[in-house]
Amino acid sequence: MAVNNRWLLPQGIEEALPKDAAKLEALRRKLLDIYDSWGYQLVMPPFIEYLESLLTGTGHDLNLQTFQLVDQLTGRSLGLRADMTPQVARIDAHQLKTDAPNRLCYMGTVLHTRSDGFGGSRSPMQMGAELYGHAGVESDVEILCLMMETFNQAGVENVFLDIGHVGIFRSLTDQAQLDEDQEAALFEMLQRKAIPEIKQFLDAADIPDEMRKMLSALPELHGDERCLEKAQQVFSNANDSVKQALAYLQDTVNKLKQRVSDVNVHFDLAELRGYHYHTGIVFGAYVPGQGQEIARGGRYDDIGHVFGNARPATGFSTDLKTLISLSVKQSEKPGTSAIFAPCNDDGALAKMIADLRAQGERVIEELPGQHGDAKTMACNRKLVNNNGQWSIEDL
Amino acid sequence: MNNTITIALSKGRIFKETLPLLAAAGITPKDDPEKSRKLILDTNHDDVKLVIIRATDVPTYVQYGAADLGVAGKDVLMEHGGDGLYELVDLEIAKCKLMTAGLNDFQPGEGRLRVATKFVNVTRRYFAEQGKQVEVIKLYGSMELGPIVGLSDLIVDVVDTGNTLKANGLKPIDHIADISSRLVVNKASLKMKHDRIQTMIEAMRNAVGNQ
Repeated sequence: MAVNNRWLLPQGIEEALPKDAAKLEALRRKLLDIYDSWGYQLVMPPFIEYLESLLTGTGHDLNLQTFQLVDQLTGRSLGLRADMTPQVARIDAHQLKTDAPNRLCYMGTVLHTRSDGFGGSRSPMQMGAELYGHAGVESDVEILCLMMETFNQAGVENVFLDIGHVGIFRSLTDQAQLDEDQEAALFEMLQRKAIPEIKQFLDAADIPDEMRKMLSALPELHGDERCLEKAQQVFSNANDSVKQALAYLQDTVNKLKQRVSDVNVHFDLAELRGYHYHTGIVFGAYVPGQGQEIARGGRYDDIGHVFGNARPATGFSTDLKTLISLSVKQSEKPGTSAIFAPCNDDGALAKMIADLRAQGERVIEELPGQHGDAKTMACNRKLVNNNGQWSIEDL
Repeated sequence: MNNTITIALSKGRIFKETLPLLAAAGITPKDDPEKSRKLILDTNHDDVKLVIIRATDVPTYVQYGAADLGVAGKDVLMEHGGDGLYELVDLEIAKCKLMTAGLNDFQPGEGRLRVATKFVNVTRRYFAEQGKQVEVIKLYGSMELGPIVGLSDLIVDVVDTGNTLKANGLKPIDHIADISSRLVVNKASLKMKHDRIQTMIEAMRNAVGNQ
């Protein structure tokens, strides 16, 4: 690297300058306080741990996304966390063993080998909440409400919620007796809603006409609540688990709407984000002008199994940096409120400075021979000495 | 901008053949991109705009939501990978074939073949599926020159009539995929502007069926 390039950061790795850092920190504190008031306890998982535990269960899709290195103490592979959810699941299942519901939240930088978002960040600040120990609509609704409250507090407006249920696709493929390769191929095409290819694939597959009809309807089942009614007709001959999934979706949204009044809900029965580890409803949040989801989550029961305690689980996560960039709120503590203190050995001045700071004022002390005055240091007041008495004057 | 629906198109054949389909959805552009230097074209609807970009950029625009919809060749989508996009309708326009081609006297010999193409990912995937390891040489155009000047053994390119190959002493060899243009939609747009976009999709799909 040329000498004059030493300031260059790796692609997708960014730093927060004072203005952004202040916003990020203010939002982080605010959200953690909110989560605390809902009973979600903060945990701080390690930044690095054995790869195999990072990649178990939830982490199956994460292998390529995880920076990996070798532990020189043991020769085992280590991974830098690309997602904190499996870590928090491990904490619930192994460290906090309990049969009662457990509410945990977390916030920290994660690293991705490849950026998967617009703007190409490889170091998002992941923030999220997980609820363990309850299988049912109520815990999913609580998580959805907490996610909406997160947007509300962050000043992110016009959020669209996109909800699906992986159980529908899973039962349909079971009922159609698709083998693993067929299921994977169909899954990949459904992610792209590549309707022409899906049709071709189903026409060639050796499955009953009934199943062909139901599977080919799947990519078209998206929209508002009318889509659920349509799904009930289309899937009238499907397994009970499909019908249960539809009822679960309807119930979830009804309960959500009772608690959050102005929520835009969109259903998409072919949306299978995190299909490999989710077991129930899955959701994402979108805002106008942003082409990609800004938060995601869903139900992932049994995830603790590999860590010794299979528990129902549901949760969501988002990226603090994305929330800040979408926020319509101004920062609450403007950076221009500060008092400039001259360079002076007077003990009374030192005391006054300490008192002011204790009251929550920002006091900046002059350094001898420094460049710039009170204005340059972004101060709006200064301390002056009038006949031995220190007092504050506006600039 | 938020209530506008933006459709990404590339100049030339795709634009020309998409026009009747757009017309079926009630959309007609006010300018002709061949005559105008404008990159954003107004239409008969205030809230529908067309952006005119390079064909290979269409998936990127739509993936990141810079455009809500777009028309892109299957060749471009295969190369792009199709992440973050919905490929809802086969518009059955701009049809051609993605093929390998070589000199008329080409004989597969021993060792690694060199393949010149602009479809680097597709080429690597295709030959890997065939169990062959090849050296891929990325070119941006005039692939036919590759074998003639000894830069490569084969090329991978879209073939329409085959006349360009013939004129340069090349022959098509293996068929990789049938290509036609797809209507692609940004995932978030389909969810947030669902009704309007769905109406457009239905209209265009019906128009394809009637052609």
